[in-house]
Amino acid sequence: MRAIEQTTQEVLDLAAKHFQVAQGSLAPDDDFFKKLGINSLQALELLSRLENHFGIELPDYEVQGVSDFRTLASRIQSRL
Amino acid sequence: MLDLSKYQSIGGALKDAVEVFANETCLIEADRERENLRLTYREFRDRTMPVAKALQDAEFAAGDRAAIIMTNQSKWLIGAYAIFYSGGVLVPLDYKLTADEQWQLLKHSGARLLITEYPIWRQLSAAKGRTEATDLQMVIVTEAPIDTDLLGGVRWEIPSTHAGEPEFRPRTRSDAATIVYSSGTGGRPKGCVMTHENYLEQCVALTSLYPFAPGMRYLSILPTNHAIDFMVGFFGPFICGAAVVHLRTLRPEYVREAFVKYKITYVSLVPLVLKNLQKGLQARFDALAPGKRKVFDALVAVNKTLTKRRPHLALSRLLLKQVHEAFGGELRAIIVGGAFTEPETLQFFYDLGIPVANGYGLTEAGTAITVNDLKPFRADTVGKPLPGMEVRVLHPDADGIGEVAVRGKTVMLGYLNEPELTAETIVNGWLMTGDLGRFDLTGHLQLFGRKKNMIVTEEGKNIYPEDVENVFESLPVKESCVFAANYIWPQRSMVGEQLILAIHLEPGQSLTPALRQEITARNNRLLNYKRVRGIVLVNEDFPRTASMKIKRNVLAEKLAKLDRSSAVLEL
Repeated sequence: MRAIEQTTQEVLDLAAKHFQVAQGSLAPDDDFFKKLGINSLQALELLSRLENHFGIELPDYEVQGVSDFRTLASRIQSRL
Repeated sequence: MLDLSKYQSIGGALKDAVEVFANETCLIEADRERENLRLTYREFRDRTMPVAKALQDAEFAAGDRAAIIMTNQSKWLIGAYAIFYSGGVLVPLDYKLTADEQWQLLKHSGARLLITEYPIWRQLSAAKGRTEATDLQMVIVTEAPIDTDLLGGVRWEIPSTHAGEPEFRPRTRSDAATIVYSSGTGGRPKGCVMTHENYLEQCVALTSLYPFAPGMRYLSILPTNHAIDFMVGFFGPFICGAAVVHLRTLRPEYVREAFVKYKITYVSLVPLVLKNLQKGLQARFDALAPGKRKVFDALVAVNKTLTKRRPHLALSRLLLKQVHEAFGGELRAIIVGGAFTEPETLQFFYDLGIPVANGYGLTEAGTAITVNDLKPFRADTVGKPLPGMEVRVLHPDADGIGEVAVRGKTVMLGYLNEPELTAETIVNGWLMTGDLGRFDLTGHLQLFGRKKNMIVTEEGKNIYPEDVENVFESLPVKESCVFAANYIWPQRSMVGEQLILAIHLEPGQSLTPALRQEITARNNRLLNYKRVRGIVLVNEDFPRTASMKIKRNVLAEKLAKLDRSSAVLEL
């Protein structure tokens, strides 16, 4: 199983790729809505992509209110 | 449909509805491709009774307030039914707010009870605001994992401690039914106190234009705490015996599937989602081979001609079969609300034979004031006043444009604990909307901007300057104040609205890159849609009241003398 640090890094890399920002420009404690300037629909797109990548199902209600990469990664980690 | 003129309360009407439509499908709940739940009205009632009993066992009394913070799902409606059955006042709160904002509103509303989902409760219970909402005595938590400490909450599944049925507690039409927050998470909370009559009358008016019936299915996507979904995704379909479909995910791919799988009749969307849908369809049309595209365009043109005066659903479904089949083939209309929708988007769907029920409303006026009656469809207006609504344009200018005022049985009682604000908003029985409009010769209302200092985003979010300017407190300048740009410089437009930050620098101070950076950093603490987009420099003291509050209207008048394009410095 991946360590949480690895999961967090993969989340950051995938988010950077998905929203076409420089790899390494995102940090675990960044608020992805604020940092990327995205709306709720775009955040859902990212969730679908993360699910495919990690091979898990992440219910919308489980990530409701989550806005930083670190918490998002921990929710993913608990389902790996 | 039940004859609502015979009823005194939402609870009374719902109680009869579940008996009259006992064998009809009431709720469907799906999670992705899996159907979690399907209930008839009888089964729905059976699930509500233990919840109502648990509330009453906890000494929840008639007139007590109970909040719900949940995503759209069956337990939202089961909980609301139990609250109304017990004579309670429902406080529906937005699940998308932060925990601190939710605590602020829980405290302000005086809610004694909260029904919420475990992931939301997990965040709420960790927030510091918990100690302030002292009226809150009971928290019911749904979807809680087994063996988890609920930190003072009780499980939804908790059995009643007393034997017997809960009692039905009647209310009268003039009693408060709900407290709905239209804004105020950062500043002055505006809790609209809505009566049972407000809902009963609004429901009659809306269903006269867009009727529900057993067998029809409404797809509930807008949050149920929102006035529109509460009416057309709960009360409206229930009193007509129609079914409500909840999805536990709002990913576009599953929403698309749900239209087809559940043969959806109506759906409500905010303009942002409608535009997204338009974009997706347009891309599919653009990808058609030239020959097919030509045929398709010709069919759209025929449909446009045939539906010029009024919709012909059967004909449109035949002509543009593939488009309609993608929506399940039984869609009657898309209800759009929460913010202004651009006419081009409305026309796009209407030309495909999918009417968009476009209207205009305020929480304060009980959901909708005007709705397009589709006879004929007019994308350039927000429709005609609903039956029972009196709508006036006050002090019209040379072009006939003035403030829209509304009177009718759906107008709220007032703002909770805010008599002065209520008196400013409801004058001699007329609700001052703060929106600018005019009627055309056919009685359709057209909107041209706002008189009030606020903006509405495409996601349907109302943003008041008072709600965002606390992030700029203690900014190293002499004074600052946030405004809606169109409030200062009226634009006769309802789209592309922006907030700006007016700042008065200290003597000898200038707008240095460091100060700009500081403003940007603070601005970035706000969610994207709440951010200010520009700065205006003011070179005199802000006008203030005796108690040192900024006189916003006077300051706005001063700023209005500046040229907008040169005065607003982009952030």
